[in-house]
Amino acid sequence: MSSKDIAISVRGLSKAYTIAHNAAKHTTAAEALVHRLRNPLQHPPAKETFWALKDVSFDIRRGDVLGIVGRNGAGKSTLLKILSRITEPTNGRALLHGRVASLLEVGTGFHPELTGRENIEMNGAILGMTRREILKYFDSIVEFAGVERFLDTPVKRYSSGMYVRLAFAVAAHLNPEILIVDEVLAVGDSEFQKKCLGKMGDVARQGRTVLFVSHQMPSVKALCSRVIQMSGGTVLRDGEPGSVVDQYLTDGSGDLLPERLWCREDQPGDAHLRLRALRVVDTAGEIRGTYSSSQAMIVEMEFDIAQPSSALCVGFDLINRNGVTVFRSNHNDGGERDWPALTVGRNTLKCVIPPGLLNFGKHFIAPKIGLHATAWVVNGEPEISFDVDLDHSDSPFWSVSDPNKFPGAVAPCLEWQVVGSKGAWKIGHPPNLS
Amino acid sequence: MTTAPADITSSYRPVAPPAEQETPGVVTVIEPKSGWAALDLREVWHYKDLLFTLASRDVKLRYRQTALGAVWVVLQPLIAAGIFSFVFGKVAKLPSDGVPYILFAYAGLLGWNAFNNTLTKASTCLVSNAQLVSKVYFPRLVLPLSTLGGTLIDFGVAFAVMAALMVFYRIVPHAGLLLLPVWLLLILLLAVGVGLFAAALTVSYRDIQYVLPVLTQFVLYASPVAYAVSAVPIGLRPFFFLNPLSGVLDAFRWSLLGTGSLNVGAVGYSALFGMVAFVCGAFAFRRMERRFADVI
Repeated sequence: MSSKDIAISVRGLSKAYTIAHNAAKHTTAAEALVHRLRNPLQHPPAKETFWALKDVSFDIRRGDVLGIVGRNGAGKSTLLKILSRITEPTNGRALLHGRVASLLEVGTGFHPELTGRENIEMNGAILGMTRREILKYFDSIVEFAGVERFLDTPVKRYSSGMYVRLAFAVAAHLNPEILIVDEVLAVGDSEFQKKCLGKMGDVARQGRTVLFVSHQMPSVKALCSRVIQMSGGTVLRDGEPGSVVDQYLTDGSGDLLPERLWCREDQPGDAHLRLRALRVVDTAGEIRGTYSSSQAMIVEMEFDIAQPSSALCVGFDLINRNGVTVFRSNHNDGGERDWPALTVGRNTLKCVIPPGLLNFGKHFIAPKIGLHATAWVVNGEPEISFDVDLDHSDSPFWSVSDPNKFPGAVAPCLEWQVVGSKGAWKIGHPPNLS
Repeated sequence: MTTAPADITSSYRPVAPPAEQETPGVVTVIEPKSGWAALDLREVWHYKDLLFTLASRDVKLRYRQTALGAVWVVLQPLIAAGIFSFVFGKVAKLPSDGVPYILFAYAGLLGWNAFNNTLTKASTCLVSNAQLVSKVYFPRLVLPLSTLGGTLIDFGVAFAVMAALMVFYRIVPHAGLLLLPVWLLLILLLAVGVGLFAAALTVSYRDIQYVLPVLTQFVLYASPVAYAVSAVPIGLRPFFFLNPLSGVLDAFRWSLLGTGSLNVGAVGYSALFGMVAFVCGAFAFRRMERRFADVI
């Protein structure tokens, strides 16, 4: 690789934060002084160095769209903050060739009292646009955000959707050679997200370099030409988006079993409820690693209720191999009469996933228990996993084609009919056309 | 990728791109730094659009949803001047060097407010814009410097009222008025210097926010604002002029009203003190700014 093709070169980048332990962290000078006076002998307060980033090195070619994935605390945001020059590294060095714009948050500098027009100017200037550029793109920004009618309204009167759209619209008109984007697409409705992804795709096609942190694996796969997975402040994997994302999703969950039992000390939950067990079983009550899609699967959740609440929603997310949430189900999704009655003490709820619904491959279940619209009790990561074999259709075409290529998050066999026909069309018995 | 490109700069500042678009010419080097850093005012200038936008935001925001709006800029010093002229002029019967006491006090407050407003706004600007500091890169000096915009506009409005008062009381300006911009500059230098230092310290220690108003209140009564230098006992004057604001505030009022006389020694001391404070404040700010995003 010649240096001419390199947009970003990172060598041995590290960042340490000092964490002060128990009362040793002072935010006022008086506290610091009092602590010193009270503990004259304990000279240096107990401090610990935490390496948020450890010896990270990589090169990014011009025109690459690099996705950065990893769990919370893996060092993704620290890396972006250093590359955006917001904070300095402790060690190492990075070279960025070209004008850099970074977007670590949607709507930085937006002020609720200012109007849409004023906020566009403000936000543009903050993101590094010149006054001339802002004027040039102003109409296009307004159109992208769809807020023409509210330009002179203070943004505190905007709906949250409008607010986010306006904020992203400004950022979308940045024209840098290197664009650094943190998880900002997680906001807004799905139509707008699609628009944003499209815009980022355009940026990439113009040969600009994009660094993109996301938890949304489908967008990472769709947008990126290369993916880095970070873990514990280091680069764990680096390569093709497909393979890195698949490995990331199965890792840690690679050793997930179809059942998880928690011992008393680490049961997830709070004063309302504690989760004891989560498992998937077949109709015979047998725990399996692989289920056939033609059979029902039963998700069982076992928990103890200490403090009953009418707002309690017990449910889970079913997530597929691509990280897509296939669905969420709660025990009180149906009409109120059909809700299973919960009691104080031990409860076991079961939820039947009907046959003929799920597609092939690995699936994960993340427990999601909350007080409706108020607070999470358990907002879990995937805790169990199981495989599904796609075999619920009698179609001869299904049996000859590769069952592991059927697209879609689910694979239901729906009913098909000819419009206006007197009867269903049967194979081998074409209707009389004469 | 081991050979470094030719046009690497040793600082954060991007270099202007060369003519051909093929190789992007802007190279940013990111590495740990320690010790004192250059002020790099050129980069601040590069961000002048941001500076002006921030300044205009502050001005726009200040009087949104107030009934009287910009009238407050005038009302505040007028009320204060009224109180001073009652307490010091009528009750304590202090001399005002031959001009109406309210005019005398207002002239003093004009200079004092330029100092106090600049210092207060500059010292809180980092904390009140914490979101910007932790999410966006820009030369951090832009924030405290942008607060000058609002202060200068306030000064302009209050100065217009001063002019009206002078016409009303039939005070004819003298040649010393031409030196007024110099005194204003010295006042701002001192205020920004102290403000930069206070702003950087406030990031780690929020105490400064509470200590500063008490300190400025003290300095207000230790400066010739509400009373004349001639009211200070001769024996105390050397100590009185140790306050770097005394000389310049006295000169400020002399330029406007011709009261007292120009004390060249005291003004020279103020000027020297102001410049040293500005340079020290700016370098201390630059040195501490590396930790802002981590601590704020």
